[in-house]
Amino acid sequence: MEEQKLFTVSASPHTKSPVTVQGIMLDVIIALIPAGIAGVGIFGLRALAVIAVCVASCVGFEALFVKLLKKPMSIGDLSAVITGLLLAYNLPVEIPLWMCVIGSFVAIVIVKQLFGGIGQNFANPAITARIVLLVSFASAMTNFTAPKVLDAVSTATPLATLGAIDRAGDIGSQMMAGGLPSLTAMVFGVRAGCIGETCAVALLLGCCWLLVRRVISPIIPLSYIGTVAVLMLLFSHFDLYYTAYELLSGGLLLGAVFMATDYSTSPINKKGKLVFGIGCGVLTTVIRLFCSLPEGVSYSILLMNVLCPLIEKVTAPKYFGFVKKKKEKKAKEGAA
Amino acid sequence: MGSNRPDAILKAVKKGRGGVFVSHHKLTADMETVRMPAPERVVLPMLQHIGAPCTPTVKKGDTVAVGQVIGDSDKFLSVPIHASVSGTVESVADVKLANGTMAPAVTIVSDGEMRLCEDLTPPVVKNKEDLVKAVRASGLVGLGGAGFPSFVKLTVSPEKPIDTLVVNAAECEPYITVDYRECLENSWNILNGVYLLAELLELKRVVIAVEDNKPEAIKVLKNIADQDIDRGNVVRLMTLKSRYPQGAEKMMVLSATGREVPAGGLPADVGCIVMNVGSVAFVNRYITTGKPLVSRSVTVSGDCIKNPMNLRVPIGTSMQDIVDYCGGFVKEPAKILSGGPMMGTAITDLNVPLLKSNNAVLAFSKKAAGFKKETPCIHCGRCHAACPMGLIPTDIEKYALLKDADTLNKLGTMVCMECGSCAYSCPGGKPLVQYMRLAKSVVREAAKK
Repeated sequence: MEEQKLFTVSASPHTKSPVTVQGIMLDVIIALIPAGIAGVGIFGLRALAVIAVCVASCVGFEALFVKLLKKPMSIGDLSAVITGLLLAYNLPVEIPLWMCVIGSFVAIVIVKQLFGGIGQNFANPAITARIVLLVSFASAMTNFTAPKVLDAVSTATPLATLGAIDRAGDIGSQMMAGGLPSLTAMVFGVRAGCIGETCAVALLLGCCWLLVRRVISPIIPLSYIGTVAVLMLLFSHFDLYYTAYELLSGGLLLGAVFMATDYSTSPINKKGKLVFGIGCGVLTTVIRLFCSLPEGVSYSILLMNVLCPLIEKVTAPKYFGFVKKKKEKKAKEGAA
Repeated sequence: MGSNRPDAILKAVKKGRGGVFVSHHKLTADMETVRMPAPERVVLPMLQHIGAPCTPTVKKGDTVAVGQVIGDSDKFLSVPIHASVSGTVESVADVKLANGTMAPAVTIVSDGEMRLCEDLTPPVVKNKEDLVKAVRASGLVGLGGAGFPSFVKLTVSPEKPIDTLVVNAAECEPYITVDYRECLENSWNILNGVYLLAELLELKRVVIAVEDNKPEAIKVLKNIADQDIDRGNVVRLMTLKSRYPQGAEKMMVLSATGREVPAGGLPADVGCIVMNVGSVAFVNRYITTGKPLVSRSVTVSGDCIKNPMNLRVPIGTSMQDIVDYCGGFVKEPAKILSGGPMMGTAITDLNVPLLKSNNAVLAFSKKAAGFKKETPCIHCGRCHAACPMGLIPTDIEKYALLKDADTLNKLGTMVCMECGSCAYSCPGGKPLVQYMRLAKSVVREAAKK
């Protein structure tokens, strides 16, 4: 008798959504492109060099690491490209390129791969790498040049100027005296800062793409930015101009849209996301207003990353039929 | 009545969480159900329902007629099995079922006459008890796919009064169109079945639930509800936004009444009965004709089937005969499913009989079967977002692999109904339903100790 040909069996379901890890990562890369273009436009071609070095070294380190450990090749999932882009976007344009390579090593090898690779890291690789660089090379990391379209001289970031303001006095006139760029310039990113963080329009465009493609949920960006907005309004005695400035300064938009929403380092459930976003917002505000550092986005997100497992535990969602069961039990006990 | 006539169409009282949007692929929606002629032989396993298996009541060489009882059990959770063709019993032996298990079965060689058993008479049904007895005798199990004996659902205990019947015509699984065809072709039986159940069970409300992607069915069913408004005013039609797993029992109860079935409980715990639309129609047919469950409607579809169609097939017909009747395969199938693509069972070969609870036979090529390579979890939360039960499948997977039964219990593992929404939406292609089953077995084993 002819051997019978058997069909494939597997557990249900027998149909899968077309969404893949690679597809998700590609969407994030697409969402990051406008901010990159804006960065190169604002800070000149050197920005492109920084981006290229970061991406290439991140992908290189990932390939090297998995090869050395004989793990399956993982650069195809494109997550290393995103890490490289985010790292570059968080660096000032004049940073020495070898520092970019060190940053990439920290991000990919130490933060991501040593903890088990994609999905296993407890802290955002790009943010941790930025903080390591900031602590190690403080002067290079805070050497901000003014946008190419203006004069390329070292200058203070708007946040540094804002930080010096005495909020008890007349905020408006102090801002005027501080020589800050116009609000329009802030919206379009023509100001001193890191490569990818300055152009609010480009970042919001990217955010829209991520939301439309359902890559991220709006909860974290909204609660993060919203918390900062509310707190800044309170602390500035409802000075709208000042609050708008705070929201557009530093890495808040980049952090809230692209870094705080990182899958592996933020909570899965809705309530957890809300707590996470509010936590980031409170920390950012506190660091900006009450600490000696001008900027607090990276530190806030890193700290909340570490708290993520705890948040998930505390905010664990109730499954279907759970509440009812308890109530019924109580009702029965009451009746008996 | 006239002017203050209430609206026949209801909106969902409460919307369930999660779920996924799956392409419908209802290729056979416009095809009238075709009655398949008696096959050469049928294989009737003694276990076609959830519960205790039946004991064969016939032996090799016996002559049987359509509707004759060939297996029964004195256990509570069991329904009799009836001969689906007339002919001679060829053997009483163990056979392999679609899920791979072995079960005793009666094989009947058909004489091609489909002679009805002479003892069949319409049952006399005057009250609830008669109804339960009759439904048990009819051999009815839920025709939607789970195979739970229907008479058990209709057994109302005094502690758990029932006020609502939800007639499930949602049919949220892709490809399957048998319930849809039932609505169009058998509306009279549905109508009378609904009246009958409403009257005997003294129901306050009957909700017929259907997804909004079936406008034709909605038209027919609205007509039913409209007619009822003039009569007793308990039947309502509820249209639901099409979303998988809308038709799951607990989801149906939530949509129709806003009540949440407690974890580990049944719809009866919140005063509801959920019945498939085909089951309701069958109850009426049985009570008027006395002909037990010997055939059922099944959708034969998928990209490999030459002529996809809706068939009325004698139970016990082999999948091979069904596929052959539909013209065979046009291309090499990679997967054959008994049931829908979301919850159906993949079978290794076509040499298995169609059971009472099978509503579809689907054949998919490798491309259509959606094979995905498993890659590491990226903690994206899509599985949790899709879970209608609010579980976190990725966490459950981790604790299942650790065999941590306590944590699995806390995570609510046992409320999982294996709808497959998590695995469907996982970008990493993880077989999450398989992990959920593993988790459940970890919990069950720990409970035994």
